[in-house]
Amino acid sequence: MTDVGIVGYGASIPRRRIKVEEIAKVWGADAESYKKGLMLTEKSVPASDQDTISLSVEASKRALKRAGIDPVRIGSVYIGSESHPYAVKPSGTTVAEAIGAVPECHCADFEFACKAGTEGMFVAYSEVKAGTVEYSLAIGADTSQGAPGDALEYSAAAGAAAFIFGRDRLCAIVTHTYSYMTDTPDFWRREYQHYPQHGGRYTGEPAYFKHVLGAGRGILKLAGLTADKIDWFIAHQPNGKFPLRAGKELGFPKAKLDPGWLVPTLGNTYSGASPIGLTATLDIAKPGQRILMVSYGSGAGSDAFIFEVTERINEIRDLAERTRYQLEHHPIYLDYGNYAKHRGKILRST
Amino acid sequence: MRDVAVVGIGMDKWGELWEKDLRDLYVEAALLAIDDAGVDHVDSMYVGCMTSGLFNAQEHLGSIMADYLGMNPIPATRIESACASGGIAVRMGFMEVAGGFSDIVLAGGVEKMTDISGDGATFALATACDQEWEAYNGVTFPGLYAMMARAHMHKYGTTREQLAMVAVKNHANGYHNPNAQYRMKITVKDVINSVKVAEPLNILDCSPITDGAAAVILTTVENARKLGKPIVRIIGSGQATSTIALHSRSDLAGMDATRFAAEKAYKMAGKTPKDIDLAEVHDCFTIAELIVMEELGFVEKGKSGPAVEAGETAIGGRIPINTSGGLKSKGHPVGATGVAQVVALVEQFRCEKGECQVEGAKVGLAQNMGGSGGSCVVTILEAE
Repeated sequence: MTDVGIVGYGASIPRRRIKVEEIAKVWGADAESYKKGLMLTEKSVPASDQDTISLSVEASKRALKRAGIDPVRIGSVYIGSESHPYAVKPSGTTVAEAIGAVPECHCADFEFACKAGTEGMFVAYSEVKAGTVEYSLAIGADTSQGAPGDALEYSAAAGAAAFIFGRDRLCAIVTHTYSYMTDTPDFWRREYQHYPQHGGRYTGEPAYFKHVLGAGRGILKLAGLTADKIDWFIAHQPNGKFPLRAGKELGFPKAKLDPGWLVPTLGNTYSGASPIGLTATLDIAKPGQRILMVSYGSGAGSDAFIFEVTERINEIRDLAERTRYQLEHHPIYLDYGNYAKHRGKILRST
Repeated sequence: MRDVAVVGIGMDKWGELWEKDLRDLYVEAALLAIDDAGVDHVDSMYVGCMTSGLFNAQEHLGSIMADYLGMNPIPATRIESACASGGIAVRMGFMEVAGGFSDIVLAGGVEKMTDISGDGATFALATACDQEWEAYNGVTFPGLYAMMARAHMHKYGTTREQLAMVAVKNHANGYHNPNAQYRMKITVKDVINSVKVAEPLNILDCSPITDGAAAVILTTVENARKLGKPIVRIIGSGQATSTIALHSRSDLAGMDATRFAAEKAYKMAGKTPKDIDLAEVHDCFTIAELIVMEELGFVEKGKSGPAVEAGETAIGGRIPINTSGGLKSKGHPVGATGVAQVVALVEQFRCEKGECQVEGAKVGLAQNMGGSGGSCVVTILEAE
């Protein structure tokens, strides 16, 4: 049986940003406390015309450049998000149409809070492995929302990552997958509600850490590997602190997280968070290195993947904009008024 | 009046106990106390709990806890006096045994505080202040204690650093307590640089939100001897009230309910503050421990800050206070706190405290209060 893995990858990060100080100023909050508590200083903001679909298209186009394949050979498109623009009507059809993967294509939108992106990756990988499609495209994307004044407003950000799975031209082989899930209601948004609600500190120990550590330990055991045999580690990053602590508990020094630890200046991109971290890690990984990625979605569960990087990574990483480049270059800083306008928190009178 | 002894103590790990509910917590602590005492039955029970209705939508605690302990049809009574609920549950058990109404009484306390949001918990706790005059105007307990701290600093020159030293000491003690919620050592700098809550109080000046329970078994000294347990007598018990609203007090830098309760307890015990070897006091905020030290007569008015700074209340000091870690480090599941103070003293008398053992301690005092000091109960224990 031939290896299955990633053929091409790409990220999309909006240029707009808002700093913690700007949000704290409006709410009379102590910016330093938030910066210290969340370990982040700013977050990305989607413009009025950027949504999960447009960010997904951009990330997919970058993935296609690196894959170097004809998009009609993509047999399925899966998008995981908790901010699909439509409640009824898939995001995936628009993305598939925009990149030229239609009409012989299977498509579905996924929802599993912040791990919807890796749900898509898991299914895309499985389909290729099963041999039902030649290539499959999986995307994690969000333009996440935090209620005005809520702690989430300081971190809820936007971004997308896309991965094309296949059997040839691999830049990273999937060597193992593992999922860990329980019924743990730590964060939710009911239909017709604009902003999610969360269980405060309950989102930490019994939710994020239980599942991320459960999946991390589970996949290492499954693979018969220890942390020192893994070169890079990426965990879901709702704030700066959580992934660092998860890494520490699993035995990974901060240096092994650094390439994919984007949250201090990117914010929490929800379904995009660990997948975007993976793109940034692939941007610097060397052939032969192993990468462990563990996502987390409220509700709650984690998907874990171990990848082994191939020689082809050196040929393709510069065929599209690297993730760090998007994060660090040409930011447009917004004041709260413009942020509120772009996020639809205030509406123009018509 | 019959002599009463504490023959059984029960307490498990405190903290954010997501996997346990209100009744699990209470039943576990109660069973530990029953096992520790070696009794084969309990005649009566008091359950200290501040507000399970708001935290867990569950009232009628006497019956539910007797039921889940398999103890129906014993009489079981819920005691509520805000954060003093547990200490008063112990006092009621003491009175019932002393008065000859029952021979073996279980006095327990419990609070399961993490089932609701932080805002919900703040609201629930604020029901212990004056709703019409205080809560209505937006004040919560950190705000009230911050005003007391300001008054104490203004009147006596107490410093910000001295407030912080209370938290540093209690965390140093709690570090050695396996049941404590926050077992980390902190520094004065950590306290002063921690997140502001209500100036001058920062987050590390405040006791946490905690899930937990504690229980004790009380019986006559005569029964205690038959059970072969070390004899720890309750020799003094005093309870008092004060104005529930802070602004109605004549002295914002004092807590007269503590003074009145202590006077009664000292009188019953035939002891003075000088006779006390160690104390567990209600350090819900760092300023509370300072004021309480003065009202209990351990130091003169206004001298608590310098006493803490001089190490007088540390282990090895003149009067070690909160060797368990206190509310600050051990946690503060409000209804359980007063019971856990008695548990901590009994552990000291049994020489079970390891690094925190106060050598030769024979007489201990527990002070537990409600709200901003609107109620207080003081219990004095003596080991044979």
